[in-house]
This record gives sequence, C-alpha cells and structure tokens, in this order.
Amino acid sequence: MTAGGAHQEAWLDEAAGRLVRPYTVSAGRTRPTTAMELLSWVVATGVRPRGRLEPDHDVALRLCGAATTVAEVAARMRLPAAVTKVVLSDLVAVGAVRTRPPSPAADPTDRTILERLLAGLQQRL
Amino acid sequence: MPAYNSDSDHLPHALKILIAGGFGVGKTTFITATSEITPLRTEELLTAAGTGVDDLAGVEAKTTTTVALDFGRITIDPATMLYLFGTPGQDRFWFLWDELCHGALGAVVLVDTRRLPDCFAAVDFFESRRMRFLVAVNEFDGAHRYEPHEVRQALGLRPEVPIVTCDARHQRSATVVLLTLVQTLLTHPARTHPIQAGNPT
Repeated sequence: MTAGGAHQEAWLDEAAGRLVRPYTVSAGRTRPTTAMELLSWVVATGVRPRGRLEPDHDVALRLCGAATTVAEVAARMRLPAAVTKVVLSDLVAVGAVRTRPPSPAADPTDRTILERLLAGLQQRL
Repeated sequence: MPAYNSDSDHLPHALKILIAGGFGVGKTTFITATSEITPLRTEELLTAAGTGVDDLAGVEAKTTTTVALDFGRITIDPATMLYLFGTPGQDRFWFLWDELCHGALGAVVLVDTRRLPDCFAAVDFFESRRMRFLVAVNEFDGAHRYEPHEVRQALGLRPEVPIVTCDARHQRSATVVLLTLVQTLLTHPARTHPIQAGNPT
C-alpha cells in the first residue's frame, strides 16, 4: 500500500462511484452500501472490475481470493472494520466480490452444527 | 436473505464464541492457545445502549464507540469455522455492546480468583441476555487455588452454569474449556426466550 496513486481520483464506473483511499472513505462514507457483519463471508467472484482499483481495494480483493470473513480482511489490512466494509461493499457493487451474512445456522440450538463443532474440537486434543 | 441463497453451499459456516472476563485475565492468551492463526485485531464501531439517560423523544440514547477486538480462528472442518472473539477488557462498559453477542453460540467467562469481582459484569451480562456461558478459572501461577464450588458460591452461579479450571496458556487445557461449553449447549438446550420486560438495554 504505497502512497502512489493515493490522491488520484479513480472512477470505477458511474454506479460504483469513486474508489478512494479507505481512510478518506471512512471520513466520507461510514455506511457500506452492502450490509456486512464481522463474520460475513466475502469471496472474490473472479470478475475483474473495469478500470484501475485503488490500492486498498486491490489489496482487499486479493485477500478475498479464498473465502474469508470481513473481520480477517480488516485485521490483515490493519483497517477499522467499518472502513473495510465500505471498501468491500465497493467491490461487491462492481461484482468483484460476493458476500454472505453469518450463517443463520449459527444458532445455539442447532444440534447438527454443535455436534460438528464438538467433533472438530475433540480432534484438536 | 434470498440474495445470498445461491452461495450458501459454497461458503463455510462462521460460528462465534465469546471469550470474556476482566482486564488481564488471559483472554488473548486463551485465544492464542486455541487459535490456528496468530490472534488478529480489528476495530469495530459498536453501539452502546444508553444508560440512565431519559430521552425525551422516547428513543433509547445510543452512543457509538470504536472498540478493539482480538480474535482467533479454528477450522472445525472445511464447512465450519469457529471464531473466538475476546471482549474488550480495557473498557469497563464492554457489556453494553449487544453486537458482541449477536450470533454467538455462547461464552467463556475467564476468572482470576485473585480478582474475582472483575468477572461480575460478564456473568451478569450473559445471565441477563440469556447467553449460554461457562466459567473457567484460569489458574495463574502462585494464585491461591479455590475449589470450583467456592467460586460458584462466590459468583452465585446457577446450577446449570458449568465451572471448570484451566490453564489458558495451554492449547489442550483451553480447548477442553471450549469442548465443555459446546457439550453444555448440547445437553442443556437453551430455553425459549420468553418475550418479556427485563431485557436490559
């Protein structure tokens, strides 16, 4: 994440709006266009957005190469989660990333999930 | 959420367990011992419910605060990831943040018997939210050892809340704590939440 290009105004397309440095984004846009939680999944779709990505968007997109969570992308980019969500939602808007909310199966009464969890933890002993 | 249904077969389940307790009780140590990744930190904007503020508009007063969260991850199987989130220990108002609890399976309340009152807030909070939890006494070197029943009595824990001892530095010991929590969730299914007042906000 070099400073190069950081101050240029790169437009991805009309719909996506301007992709700017996340710290600038955080000052201007605090709400992502796509609702995300810390444990929402994000994964690159393989669609390469037209135009040049801002450096942080590029980094975020690469971090989504394998399915991961918003929390992990934020931590690895060393950005606040709120800023990361804005960056990721930009990528969702141009079709480069898809996202899914935390599983509704994360229900403390779901025995299948809990039994799977139990088996997985036992293997780690 | 229909927009995401087509993806549901391809993305794993992300499960969440909270690791709570007072400052310095070993939450991040516990996460380090169990996580397959070096614990990560992010900052999240959390909304705190107003306390003792009478809002004339009849709307709950809310404040938003940036809070540092440490977390780790355990791959259970290719389709299931378990995330462990440490509650922010430095901020004595962490328990106001409902968002931390949202979607969590349950919680581990770590206890240092030298500073037992530090965990009261966590115990009260999870009880009031009907969040399933257990108490894990982290046995620090040199700390006076109390019997679990003594700690249970001191905390006024309900009988169904398990209490275990652990060494948060050791993977096996910390993993057993997580296992015990999951076993508890399985053997004592959550009671249905009565819709009633008394859910503090």
